[in-house]
Amino acid sequence: MATISKLLIANRGEIASRIIRTARNLDIACVAVYSDADADAPWVHEADEAVHLPGTSPGDTYLRSDLVLAAAKATGADAIHPGYGFLSENADFARECAKADVIFVGPPPEAIDSMGSKIEAKKIMADAGVPVLPQVTISDDASIDGEALAARVASDIGYPVLVKAAYGGGGRGMRIVNDADGLLEAVEGARREAVTSFGNGTIFLERFLDSPRHIEVQIFADTQGNVVHLFERECSIQRRYQKIIEEAPSPVVDEALREELGTAAIAAGKAIGYVGAGTAEFVMGSDGRFYFLEVNTRLQVEHPVTEMITGLDLVRLQLLVAEGNPLPEEALNATINGHAIEVRLYAEDVAAGFLPATGTVHGFSVPDLPGIRVDAGVVDGSVISVHYDAMLAKVIAHGPSRDDARRTLARALADSRLHGVVTNRELLVGILREPEFAAGTIDTGYLGRHDPMTLAQSWRAPETVTVHAIAAALADQASRRETARVLEHVPTGWRNVPSGFQEAVYGFDGDEYDVRYRYSRGAIEVSVNGEAQPGTTVLNASPDVVDLKVGGVRRTCTVRRVDDIAFVDSVLGATTLIESPRFPEPGSQSAPGSLLAPMPGTVVRIAVETGDAVKAGETVVVLEAMKMEHSVSAPVDGSVSEIDVSVGQAVELGTVLAVVEEQES
Amino acid sequence: MTTLRTAVDPRGDQFQENRAVQEAALAELEQQLDLARAGGGAKYGDRHRARGKMLARERIELLLDRDAPFLEFSSLAAWGTQFTVGASIVTGLGVVSGVECVIIAHDPTVRGGTMNPYTLRKNLRALDIAKTNRLPVINLVESGGADLPTQSELFVAAGKIFQGLSELSGMGVPTLALVFGNSTAGGAYVPGMCDYAVLVDQAAKVFLGGPPLVKMATGEESDDEELGGADMHARVSGLADHFAVDERDALRIGRQIMSEINWRKHGPAPSHEPDAPLYDEDELLGIAAADFRVPVDPKEVLARVVDGSRFSEYKPLYGSSLVTGWASIHGYPVGILANARGVLFSEEAQKGTEFIMLANQLDIPLVFLQNCTGFMVGKDYEQGGIIKDGAKMINAVTNSTVPHLTINIGASFGAGNYGMSGRAYDPRFMFTWVNAKLAVMGGSQLAGVLSIVGKQAAEAAGREFDLEADAIKTKQIEEQITAESHSFFTSARLYDDGVIDPRDTRTVLGMALSAVHTQVIEGRRGYGVFRM
Repeated sequence: MATISKLLIANRGEIASRIIRTARNLDIACVAVYSDADADAPWVHEADEAVHLPGTSPGDTYLRSDLVLAAAKATGADAIHPGYGFLSENADFARECAKADVIFVGPPPEAIDSMGSKIEAKKIMADAGVPVLPQVTISDDASIDGEALAARVASDIGYPVLVKAAYGGGGRGMRIVNDADGLLEAVEGARREAVTSFGNGTIFLERFLDSPRHIEVQIFADTQGNVVHLFERECSIQRRYQKIIEEAPSPVVDEALREELGTAAIAAGKAIGYVGAGTAEFVMGSDGRFYFLEVNTRLQVEHPVTEMITGLDLVRLQLLVAEGNPLPEEALNATINGHAIEVRLYAEDVAAGFLPATGTVHGFSVPDLPGIRVDAGVVDGSVISVHYDAMLAKVIAHGPSRDDARRTLARALADSRLHGVVTNRELLVGILREPEFAAGTIDTGYLGRHDPMTLAQSWRAPETVTVHAIAAALADQASRRETARVLEHVPTGWRNVPSGFQEAVYGFDGDEYDVRYRYSRGAIEVSVNGEAQPGTTVLNASPDVVDLKVGGVRRTCTVRRVDDIAFVDSVLGATTLIESPRFPEPGSQSAPGSLLAPMPGTVVRIAVETGDAVKAGETVVVLEAMKMEHSVSAPVDGSVSEIDVSVGQAVELGTVLAVVEEQES
Repeated sequence: MTTLRTAVDPRGDQFQENRAVQEAALAELEQQLDLARAGGGAKYGDRHRARGKMLARERIELLLDRDAPFLEFSSLAAWGTQFTVGASIVTGLGVVSGVECVIIAHDPTVRGGTMNPYTLRKNLRALDIAKTNRLPVINLVESGGADLPTQSELFVAAGKIFQGLSELSGMGVPTLALVFGNSTAGGAYVPGMCDYAVLVDQAAKVFLGGPPLVKMATGEESDDEELGGADMHARVSGLADHFAVDERDALRIGRQIMSEINWRKHGPAPSHEPDAPLYDEDELLGIAAADFRVPVDPKEVLARVVDGSRFSEYKPLYGSSLVTGWASIHGYPVGILANARGVLFSEEAQKGTEFIMLANQLDIPLVFLQNCTGFMVGKDYEQGGIIKDGAKMINAVTNSTVPHLTINIGASFGAGNYGMSGRAYDPRFMFTWVNAKLAVMGGSQLAGVLSIVGKQAAEAAGREFDLEADAIKTKQIEEQITAESHSFFTSARLYDDGVIDPRDTRTVLGMALSAVHTQVIEGRRGYGVFRM
């Protein structure tokens, strides 16, 4: 038995803050590590001590086990919590910790190792009696005989079949085959990709479950041989294989099934000699049969939903177990209380196909509704960069029933203030309010059936931008009057001979909203894009709050202004408006036909040369950002009149990459 | 300080009748202002816009700080004359980059923005306001020069424009010329005299003589751009300090310059609470008399104009036909002189004189609310020295050096106009309520006087007095005088700085007070305050 007195958190963001919170309760001093980009991050200040890891990329910083261990040594930390991601499932790191006499808060290295290969893992689980999907493995060097393969697939697996790289991840190289005809081509294609992408051509084929549910079971084991499960979580709402909404318990798991799942999960844990917090992931078909997917040998992102329904603190349990304590009574006999749902707020542009978004957070607050918990990694002023995961925060709601949690969470999110970065908030609220989700009839195909943009816009009234543009204009007006150096008490925009209107032009989603207004003896005349807004009444306009009646309905809009951006929130939703300059500096505007970088990134390829003729849609420049390639293509038929970047160049959002001159027709 | 109470009954007949008359007068004013706004009319406006140009008022709107107020001067200049209402120029007091300044914009849609005698007077009055109050001037230039048929009334006095600009510069008050179009011959000296000149590319034409004149004079072939384009003046002659790519750019540069002039107002900042009056200014329409012969209680007006309706009356029990006292407007302390029952007697003249001297001793600006039919006449009053007392007041008004702001709220007749700081006494600003009258005396009185004089002359000459002819003539004269005492008529002749809606009184005074505080506020010293 050891006592942890100082804990180094080898992670960043919300999980670092989360771990510090519990450690502090246990009288454990905390050491943070931080990259250049995170020098002023909230958890760095929350920790008692912090060590700088020079550089910015994860490879230079949070993934550097040597630097992390050196930091532990320098601060006298006797334990390291790896959080999730980064070093959390790195068996070598766990071994190095042991060598350095530092407690690694996680499972033994062997357990991590055994789950590292998906094929090995499945074998272990199958042997332990855990249900696995029928599958066939084709090793790196095996030659492929089309007919024999087809026969095996028909007998051992059955269609449809999923073909994927054994050492891959993130869905790369995955193919679904519906019958014997396409099998060979798919297998060969997958192997080619596996070789180029992962350096190993091993692939496996398994029964493909169409849109299964994703059900996982939290397990906990101590060094005394206790292994318990803390019930299931359902994580079926995913986009691009990434979970975005998780809940516990699952709406489809009954007591009997829970028992079955729990037994399988405990068996999985025991099979690998597990210690600490782990998660056995399963897929479940519409028939209720479940199959082992993998064991995640770490604390999961979505662990809060389990905490909310059990009342347990999983980080506390991790630390107790790491100290060698047996699992406490409340963990051994945990019960379910109510229902919890978590959403992951990501900085991403749903409209642009979930493109990661960057920016500076200018306001972040979630209303304090009953049962709401916020695990955030950002505060006002945090910069969201391309270097790390784009998750801003997790918002969790706990209620007596699933519907209570769902409704409270939807409202809390809708009323949140979240300014400065584009997020998936609208989508999350849209899902929470969507009938199928509300009924709990969800699976991993949910976002294939429901268009994300339709969901995101489902709770947005058509008048939203118009009302918000008016509110922004009036708030800006109030701010200018308040800060006027002279005549600040004279009625706003007063004229003895009125002729024009005050004008404010805001850009939103590629459209312009031209707001014109004129006050006269307390009344106001307003138009937006030339359309009069009769009956508009301003009950109060301050720089931050506009109490406004439009179309007979009175609403309060809050406005936050940062440089030329106005963030407007009301019951109608949130709108980010960019004010067009009244006096653009000559030469400051991009030439027509300019191709702008859709996100910050690095130029990896330039597909054309100056003077080349291009067709609309033809790729001009390829950027890499967040490990993904993004093609920037010609908007019109024409010729390339200039190229403004070179390969390898890092570009900011909005950088002019090239100019395509439209062909005169 | 006492808070004024009101006895006005907004449901009363008198109130309603007054209001109806004021509203009718305001509707008429609106019609005339429409003419001023229309400038050269839709046809010329459209043609101007088709050239990618902005109208004079659009240029001003874009130049001004957003949501800041603009007080236009002399909007009815040239009303009732052969020239367009507004006299092809827009002038006013506005805020540009946080600096209060005078803006003078030619309206090129009216006969090419040419200057007629009213244009000149309006332009000079705006420069005068700039000079007396130390306000920077921004000229938005696009004028075809003099309206040549009226040159005899223009040419000589127009030199005052250039003199005024130079004087301002000499006083350390910045002057700007943003040139959007023609600025030729004499007009070329506007950018020439200003401290800063901004010329719009392919639009500004600044030369002494255009191509035809040059050809006639010397035989030289030339074009507009060579003689006076923005590019030439920016690169070759150096007349242009800034080359603007278009009109918007010129306005941007103008705002930029104003943000860099390191401007400081020389007068004190507002020192009182600038809270709104307790009573609705809208009620001023029912308080202003429909007929000037019905007196108006000035305290009802003040209760809707001064900060918090607070008014500390000076000598309330003495000379009560003239109300005097202290108040503040938009936080600026002011002394107020307001006629209460039309006529000024010796006591009123003495009280007014003392009060003006007190304000000078205290460096407090004065606000005159004129509603005066003149000094009292009659044996008792002449023998009581009304001339001497009136002269004291006129003397005090003349030699007072604190700023005067005058508003005619009903009538301004006779020497009362002088005693109450009428136009000839150079108030810094002077405005007229829409229904107010200005003349030597009322139309019927004047006609009656002429009738009596005519009758006496006939009697003296032994002629028979033709009663019928006299009645016709009297009626004609009364009509003529009534028309000539109308606020539009007097404002057309620049006898004030504009006709205003009574409800705007507080705002207009607030802006005027802020403007006068750009200059030092310093009362007349030398003697102490005489107890009259």
